Amino acid sequence: MGRYVIKRVLLVIPTLLGAAALVFVLMRLVPGDVCVVRLGSSGGTFDPKAIALCHAELGMDRPVLVQFLDFVWGFLRLDFGTSMWSGAPVTSEIWARLPISLEIAILATVIAIAIAIPLGAISAIKQNTWIDIVVRVFAVGGIATPSFWLGIVSLLIVLDVTSALFGAPWMPPIEYVPIWQDPLRNLSMAVLPAVTVGYRYAAVSMRMTRSAMLEVMQEDYIRTARAKGLMNKLIINRHALKNALLPVVTLIGIEFAFLIGGLVVTEQVFNLNGVGRLFVQAVQNQDYTLTQALVMLTVMVFVICNLIVDLLYAWLDPRIRFS
Amino acid sequence: MATNIGTIGLSPVATDQGPKRLSRTRRLFRFFRRELLGTFGLLLVVVTAATGLCAELLAPYNPTANDFGAMMEAPSWEHLLGTDQFGRDLLSRIIYGARTAMIVGLSSAVVGGTIGLVMGVASAYFGGKTDLILQRVFDVFMAFPLIIMALAVVAIFGTGVQNVIIAITIPLIPRCARVVRSSALAIREVPYVDAARALGFGHARIILCHMVPNVMAPFLIMVTAFVGQAVLAEASLSYLGLGVQEPVPAWGLMLQGGAEEYASSAPWIAIFPGVAIVLSVLGINLFGDALRDTLDPKLRKR
Amino acid sequence: MGIVRAIVKSALGVVLALGATTATAEAPKRGGILTYMIPADGGPSLDGHRETTYAVLHATAPFYSVLIRVNPDDPSSTTDFRCDLCVELPKPTDDGLTYTFKIRKGVKFHDGSPLTAADVAASWNKVVHPKPGVASARENNFVMVDTITAPDDETVVFKLKFATLTFLPALADPYAYIYSKQKLDQDMHWYEKNILGSGPFKLVDYQIGQSIKGERNPDYYHPGQPYLDGFVAIFAPKQAVRTDAIRADRAALEFRSLPPSARDQLVKELGDKIKVQESDWNCGNVVTPNHQKKPFDDVRVRKALFLAIDQWKGAQALSKIAIVKTVGSIVFPGSPLAATKEELQQLIGYSPDIDKSRAEARRLLKEAGQENLSFELLNRNVDQPYKYVGTWLVDEWSKVGLKVAQKVVPTGPWLDAMRSGDFTVALEANCQNVVNPIADVGRWLPHEVYRENYGYFADPAMIDIYNRMLRETDFAKARALMRQFETRINGQAHQLMVTWWYRIVPMRSYVEGWKISPSHYLNQDLANIWLDQ
Repeated sequence: MGRYVIKRVLLVIPTLLGAAALVFVLMRLVPGDVCVVRLGSSGGTFDPKAIALCHAELGMDRPVLVQFLDFVWGFLRLDFGTSMWSGAPVTSEIWARLPISLEIAILATVIAIAIAIPLGAISAIKQNTWIDIVVRVFAVGGIATPSFWLGIVSLLIVLDVTSALFGAPWMPPIEYVPIWQDPLRNLSMAVLPAVTVGYRYAAVSMRMTRSAMLEVMQEDYIRTARAKGLMNKLIINRHALKNALLPVVTLIGIEFAFLIGGLVVTEQVFNLNGVGRLFVQAVQNQDYTLTQALVMLTVMVFVICNLIVDLLYAWLDPRIRFS
Repeated sequence: MATNIGTIGLSPVATDQGPKRLSRTRRLFRFFRRELLGTFGLLLVVVTAATGLCAELLAPYNPTANDFGAMMEAPSWEHLLGTDQFGRDLLSRIIYGARTAMIVGLSSAVVGGTIGLVMGVASAYFGGKTDLILQRVFDVFMAFPLIIMALAVVAIFGTGVQNVIIAITIPLIPRCARVVRSSALAIREVPYVDAARALGFGHARIILCHMVPNVMAPFLIMVTAFVGQAVLAEASLSYLGLGVQEPVPAWGLMLQGGAEEYASSAPWIAIFPGVAIVLSVLGINLFGDALRDTLDPKLRKR
Repeated sequence: MGIVRAIVKSALGVVLALGATTATAEAPKRGGILTYMIPADGGPSLDGHRETTYAVLHATAPFYSVLIRVNPDDPSSTTDFRCDLCVELPKPTDDGLTYTFKIRKGVKFHDGSPLTAADVAASWNKVVHPKPGVASARENNFVMVDTITAPDDETVVFKLKFATLTFLPALADPYAYIYSKQKLDQDMHWYEKNILGSGPFKLVDYQIGQSIKGERNPDYYHPGQPYLDGFVAIFAPKQAVRTDAIRADRAALEFRSLPPSARDQLVKELGDKIKVQESDWNCGNVVTPNHQKKPFDDVRVRKALFLAIDQWKGAQALSKIAIVKTVGSIVFPGSPLAATKEELQQLIGYSPDIDKSRAEARRLLKEAGQENLSFELLNRNVDQPYKYVGTWLVDEWSKVGLKVAQKVVPTGPWLDAMRSGDFTVALEANCQNVVNPIADVGRWLPHEVYRENYGYFADPAMIDIYNRMLRETDFAKARALMRQFETRINGQAHQLMVTWWYRIVPMRSYVEGWKISPSHYLNQDLANIWLDQ
């Protein structure tokens, strides 16, 4: 097991290096650069002297290889540099926006788990009944619905319904307050985006729960127990669910890393000052340092989630555990 | 991801035919009867594809014709789904949008899937260092969320249908490769592959004739899932302003800018294209699910 | 005589819509917090001297004082300038070469330190003659300034290289914040990340990308002001969010502009809870053919391009859906230096007889052998008003047989393509802050003089007319030269101004005191705003 762990952890390094190289190259292939965007964005005057000055300030006039090594070395020391757009440290830029994104991600996960596991289990137990069909359509709906469209429509519905009921339309607050300062306001801001992002998350988890349950329920020992009439149906089903949970949990873990994609568009719709929006801004501003840092962060989350999953499976597989 | 990675584990099947098989039509019939949802899904897909193909015949108006005299009109007999902020007929744009969706969806899925298939099988077949390197490459590309990768590609190569297809295809390749590889790995160990090598069959022949057919099931399931994901990805990219550009009719583009701005006063502009996306992707996914249920022996109904 | 008429005309030329405060204003009430939205993401830094985006201005103007400014109680006037930190507007001496300002006594920065003429001079030197390594975005507006000195604590002297009508309006630059000399001496870049001013509000809190908050400065030198207890400015780039926020009273207004449909929707839904102010805007779209790409090196083809467009009808139709309204040429329509309607209709592309113009366009195209010309229009991926204007232009050009496709790209590639000359015809925009026509029309000069003119043409005659106009101190003569300049550009069909923009600012009815101006950069220090609640 120890050897496997070491081998598996070491494999993380080329992935991270590859990702770093990829984002580095991609950013520099985009035409234009942050200095042009900064100095000339609203159609105002800018002169090449200022651009050259800006390049020198940001270290963009150094050879490309030097810039790359600087980036990698900084990453290893957990020094992500300063944003080329604002000059503030990347860490503070991300830290300022992390709370709302994290909150929505966690809320979405909670919603997803709360919906997915019971519904998925019921759907598997009552396979091919109308309950199953309804749940399956609901689940596929979650995969088919673009999250930003859901956000737009839900906001519209909230505004129109409150307008009709109370005479004055209500919308979630547009200014963020931390949850300990004003929990009600904070939650009212987070709930709609969380549901929007969580629907798809729930849908994917629901489907996995259902198919994992179906697989387990076909296992011989369950069928035997049933045939013998030994155990109560409820107990059998709960037993099946417990064993089905492993692939479900791993999927939830991996999908969490993919939440960033949903956050990017959702934060646009609801005007949330989160990491997703920062990502879009960073790419649009061609802020190399910030984009690189954000991408590496996302890649890290993905890599770590996968690592944990692989190690978990390895530990559960007696062939590897005891080698 | 739409597909449940854990459930695609197939027992290797030899390519020879088994002893008893029902006739093609009987099997098809049973499929339709058992898989109600799948049939419904297929219907939606066929309707979408047909709409896209026969757009010129079906659309009442030119989808790019501005009519500043009829801007943001509610659905009426003249404009069944209303008009948008430039006075363009929404129904016609949705009909032509089906074409764009099918083009983007199918191209990305097929190209991405095929390249992924080849790379995945090759990776499994050759094993060793090649496998290790390819796996790391897959990992790197997979770690990038689809949206971010597409954002970068579009920012570099510019916008437009072609570039959007490229932008969506690239992230799909490693996802397909990974799944195909794990299926192919199982087949790699089967004795007859070694026998074929011993007989002197070339790499290409073994890969194409023996390994690929056996991974067709998970491959097909992935490709159908990809079509849906590609349509959604195009919608998200266009929403961010980085996808297809005006005045090309595309569902995602129709939801960008104007639709959201006027959502309160002219909700039909935002609602109908979204419904079109939901229905088509729903259909694709339902059909894909049914396909998987049929092809995956483990999930066959008791 | 001409000036009086001109001033009257400029006052009439601007449209102030329903619901604006009447002449018999009520007494302002003290108290309350104004919540408004900034329709953009935060700018790169907090230094007004360095930045060009209105996002920075809307976020930081309330904290600072300036030397002179447009009259905050009549900001739509293009000629009424008032003192902020100075005591009175000086008359230039020395044949118009020297301006001596007396600075108010007793003004303090928010940290308690006194503001003197030395601070004013230091700040202005940073704008006009920045040290190496320091960026000043509007340096080129002040080429006429020779030296800025502070001979004593209350006097600032500007010495010019040549007398010009453009100096005083340029001095009213809303970005020209007065910084503390002490801080600037410590670190020229200090103001990029910090705020310390002498304005009506003190900084309370700045959350990156989220909001900025200020509270009343009790030591503010304008008596009675500010009326507000404080303000909260929220960054909100999405228009749908802003409209909904005003609808749901999450914020009172945004200070830039909303499109006509948002205004109509808000008015319909909120009735008397909303009021709207409207004004012509010192911004417009420009059609720029790349003279270095065939066949746009041929003046006939360019003329045909302009003749095909029905400005009058188009402006009318577009004004219902886009933030455009007034037809004009190179000078802001509300300024006394602008062309009258009669003068305008003499120019190519402004004739009221569109059929005749289009026939002429076809004839010119035929003569140039370009009857079935097809090309790409480079446009910016922003709805208002770029995509609307672009779509309309494509339509207009199709009416003379030109097949045009729009190439819509995000801002970065759009600027890049124009800078590198990699386009055929581009739709760009021209925005200025203070209305300073003689300075503003400098952007029409050929590329060798004005680097951001992407027409890539040469025209020494134009440069000559401009230089004379810049140094002309007699208003009537300057106006005549302006007409010459305008006719030259138009006759050579270098570039065409299409549809000046139109500002529409809906706000909750309780917001009082703020008056709209032709520029979304002006009148943003919030000192004269009060809430009727």
